[in-house]
Amino acid sequence: MTNGTFFGYRRQNNRVGVRNYVAILPVDDISNAACEAVANNIQGTIALPHAYGRLQFGADLELHFRTLIGTGANPNVAACVVIGIEPGWTQKIVDGIAKTGKPVVGFSIEQHGDIETIATASRQAKEFVHMTSGLQREECGISDLWVAAKCGESDTTTGLASCPAVGNMYDKWIPKGLYGCFGETTEITGAEHICAARAASPEIAEKFMKTWQAYQDEVVEPFKTSDLSDSQPTKGNILGGLTTIEEKALGNLEKIGKEVSYIDVLEPAEAPASGPGLYFMDTSSAAAECNTLQAAAGYVVHCFPTGQGNIIGHPIMPVIKITGNPRTVRTMSEHVDVDVSGVVRREMTIPEAGDALMEMILQTANGRLTAAEALGHKEFVMTKLYRSA
Amino acid sequence: MSIPHLLVHDRRDNVGVVVVEGVAKGDDLFVVVTEDNSDFTITTKHDIPIGHKVALTDFSEGDTVIKYGVDIGRIVQDTTKGEHVHTHNLKTKRW
Repeated sequence: MTNGTFFGYRRQNNRVGVRNYVAILPVDDISNAACEAVANNIQGTIALPHAYGRLQFGADLELHFRTLIGTGANPNVAACVVIGIEPGWTQKIVDGIAKTGKPVVGFSIEQHGDIETIATASRQAKEFVHMTSGLQREECGISDLWVAAKCGESDTTTGLASCPAVGNMYDKWIPKGLYGCFGETTEITGAEHICAARAASPEIAEKFMKTWQAYQDEVVEPFKTSDLSDSQPTKGNILGGLTTIEEKALGNLEKIGKEVSYIDVLEPAEAPASGPGLYFMDTSSAAAECNTLQAAAGYVVHCFPTGQGNIIGHPIMPVIKITGNPRTVRTMSEHVDVDVSGVVRREMTIPEAGDALMEMILQTANGRLTAAEALGHKEFVMTKLYRSA
Repeated sequence: MSIPHLLVHDRRDNVGVVVVEGVAKGDDLFVVVTEDNSDFTITTKHDIPIGHKVALTDFSEGDTVIKYGVDIGRIVQDTTKGEHVHTHNLKTKRW
C-alpha cells in the first residue's frame, strides 16, 4: 500500500490540482468555434465547447454561470481564457474565476468578429501556456484531494464489486480529510430511506429528502409515462441484469461505503463549504451531466464504477473506470483502469478492491492518464433546468 | 473456495446474481452468500446471462423480491425456484 501522498499543483487559493490545463472556455454556444480555433492555434490548451448560454434566466441561468465559473475555477485548470459573444456575461464569468487568484482573461466577439477575437485570445492563451507549463508538482496529502463518484451503465456486478470498492475508499480516506461527493438524485429512488439514514444529522437527512422529493414532484410526476423503465433502469442496465429502480438504487448506494455519513446536501455545481467529508449533490443520473457538475464544484479526480462499460471521460477531471464484470473486462479492457472482477470470483475482497482503487487514484493524481483520457473522452455537458426564454 | 456461479448479497435474499458467462438450462450452480460465505447449490431452469437473477425460491404473483436484504419490487407472474427473474416477472413498486 502507498504512503497516501501524491504530487499535485498547489494553486493560488491553496486548492490542489492534478492536471495543469489552460482552458479556453466559451460563455455560450456561438462562441464554441472561436474557442476551438484558439485551442487549435495554441498547443497546451483545451477548449470546452458546450450547447447553451443564450436566453437562459432565473435558476437555470444561475446554474449555467455556476457551472462555467466552477469549471474555470477548478484547480486542474492553471489559467483560463473566456470567450463570449458579448462583454457582460463574459466579464461575469471572468470575475467569478478570478476570485481563485488564477490568471483569467475574457474576450467578447461583437464589434470584433471571430478572426480578430481568435487572434487576440490566441496571443493571451500562448502567454498563459508559457506562464503555467513549467509549474512544478509538490507533495500533497489525502486532505488535499477532492474525489467525486458516480456510476454508469450499471449492472448487478456494480453493486457486488465496483461500487463497494468506491465505498471502501471513502470509508478509509474520508476520515483522513478527503472531500467526497455522490449524487444521482433519481437513482436513489427505492433506497431513499437508506440514504436519508446516512446523513450526518436529522437536518441534513431532511434536506436530502426535500431534494429527492422535489425531483419526484417536479420531474417524475409531470413527465413520466407508465413508469420510467425505458430510462431508469436504462436499456444497458436491463441488459446487464438490473430489473427495477429499487435494485439499481441499492447497488448505486454501495458507493458511499458502510461507515461515513454525508455532511451536507449541495445544489448542482455548488462547491462544498463545510470542510472535508462526503457530500450529496443534487444531480441528474446522466453521467456527463453529473460529472460536469461535480467538476464544477471543484472535484479533481472522479471514480466511475461501471458494469456494462460506460466509456465516459471529462475534459479537465480524470475519470477512473472501475468494473467488476468479467465480461466487460474481457470485451472492453481498454476502458478499464481498475479491474475488480476478482471480487465476483471471490479471489479479491472488497477492502482489497478499495486498496486497488486508492492506488489508482494516487497514480492518477500523480499524472497517470486514465483510460478515458488516453482515449480522448472529453464529455462536458451542462445541466439545463428548463426551456430558455 | 471454488469460483461461485451465483452470488447472493444477504441471507434474507430470495434471488441471486449469475457472475459467470455461459450458464445454461439444467446447470447445477455453486452459490455463495457474500454476507457470511455460506454456500449451496441450485439447478437453473433457463439459460441465464451473466449479471441476471435466478429465483432461489418459488414465487407467486404479488410476492416481494428481496435483494441486499431489501424490497426491490414485486413478482407479476408465478415463478419457480431456478427460473430467470427479470423484467418479464419483476416490476418496481415505484413510479
